[in-house]
Amino acid sequence: MLSLDLSFYNWELFTNYILKGFLFSVQLTVIATVGGIIFGTFLALMRLSGRPSLAYPATIYVNTMRSIPLVMVILWFFLLIPMLIGRPIGADLSATITFIAFEGAFFSEIVRAGIQSVPKGQGYAAEALGMTYGQNMRFIVLPQAFRNMIPIFMTQTIILFQDTSLVYAIGAYDLLKGFEIAGKNYGRPIETYILAAITYFLICFSLSKIVRKVQSKVAIIR
Amino acid sequence: MDLGIFCKSTLDGEVVDHCLSSLIGIGQNTDPSYLDWLMKAWGWTLAVAGLGLVIALSLGAVMGTLRTLPRDSTFNRLLVHLSTAWVELFRNIPILVQVFLWYHVIPAFIPVLKAFPSYLLVSIALGFFTSARIAEQVRAGIQSLPSGQKAAATALGLTTFQSYRYIILPMALRIVIPPLTSESMNLIKNSSVAFAVSVPELTLFAMQAQEETSHGVEIYLAVTVLYALSAFAVNRVMTHIEKRSRIPGFIAPNSEATAH
Repeated sequence: MLSLDLSFYNWELFTNYILKGFLFSVQLTVIATVGGIIFGTFLALMRLSGRPSLAYPATIYVNTMRSIPLVMVILWFFLLIPMLIGRPIGADLSATITFIAFEGAFFSEIVRAGIQSVPKGQGYAAEALGMTYGQNMRFIVLPQAFRNMIPIFMTQTIILFQDTSLVYAIGAYDLLKGFEIAGKNYGRPIETYILAAITYFLICFSLSKIVRKVQSKVAIIR
Repeated sequence: MDLGIFCKSTLDGEVVDHCLSSLIGIGQNTDPSYLDWLMKAWGWTLAVAGLGLVIALSLGAVMGTLRTLPRDSTFNRLLVHLSTAWVELFRNIPILVQVFLWYHVIPAFIPVLKAFPSYLLVSIALGFFTSARIAEQVRAGIQSLPSGQKAAATALGLTTFQSYRYIILPMALRIVIPPLTSESMNLIKNSSVAFAVSVPELTLFAMQAQEETSHGVEIYLAVTVLYALSAFAVNRVMTHIEKRSRIPGFIAPNSEATAH
């Protein structure tokens, strides 16, 4: 049996290695959630527009993103963006763009289901009041849809936070990378991997408890 | 776009004369082409994902069932807590971290695992990770059954084990096939994390071949197509199983009807 030695783990190690990675993971999660919801809403509206010229491209985009492993999407963007703009791009920026593009596809499926969950009468009533399509979406349908979607958005955000660890593939400095480098520098890889697992678990577990609370509070209005 | 790269030798970059032979499994070329390498990598992906799927489905079905047990005895309550803890543990740690745990950490505590090749450890990691998600689907499936089913079983004098064996599980396990299909496809996609512990599967092939050949677009495209193809194949197989095992006369809960 192996004995664990956690004495090396101190405040200095935390501020030198872990904090930077943690902040990047959180930043990536927040930007990708906000960006993904905005992008995903546009994709969902395109798919529900009833116009093939808008619906088809959005459908193809969403289905393509959903059938490729995230690691491959990260690699694709890291390869393609420099080709398109003609100069190299940092792993951090590449990861951010990738996550907005990738999560947009997943959020669009949630938003689509959310919009469809709003009773049709609501949209008809807005039309009868003379609202334009934009007003209808902005004031009637989307506010109700988003309220219903809050718990699913939060669940998706937890998954997103876990997924940020995959930026490992292009060497971006995230929470997991921070632990790994600390483990290598201090020669204690086993302990740092355990600490990484505990950290991720505590964050995701507490967030999922919060989601459960919110779920019971945001009762479906109707 | 130059697909000719796949006919080139991985050793000296010259075009080999046996290019397409690797597609029909003649393989074992002394002078392997990138196509040979790609096919071998695909094999590793399928092996890791396939083994992971077996582990995930069996553990997931057991854990999901245990979570729904009636809490009428201390032993049952213990099983419910155990399976709940299982699901929370494996659901709340990122798959890549779990792969590192199985590769770097757990063998230090369980020396037997040191003899395991890395692909086997990745399969276990993928299997345990996915089993938590499958358990949730199985639990939802069991709970979606009309409560009359369980009540009828009890009224007939069946024990808890018998009612699960003969009444509840035969229904629930068929209902959950569609969500299990998407979890199985997720497992194939998640198997790409095996690159991190140097299993020579598709993603590691993509990274290494891209670097060697600087034909990244062609390499990534081939790998992406193979991932999509594998996931699609799983989808077809599961749909077939779903059709074959459909319960006659039983109308599955319609998502359209429950939406409003």
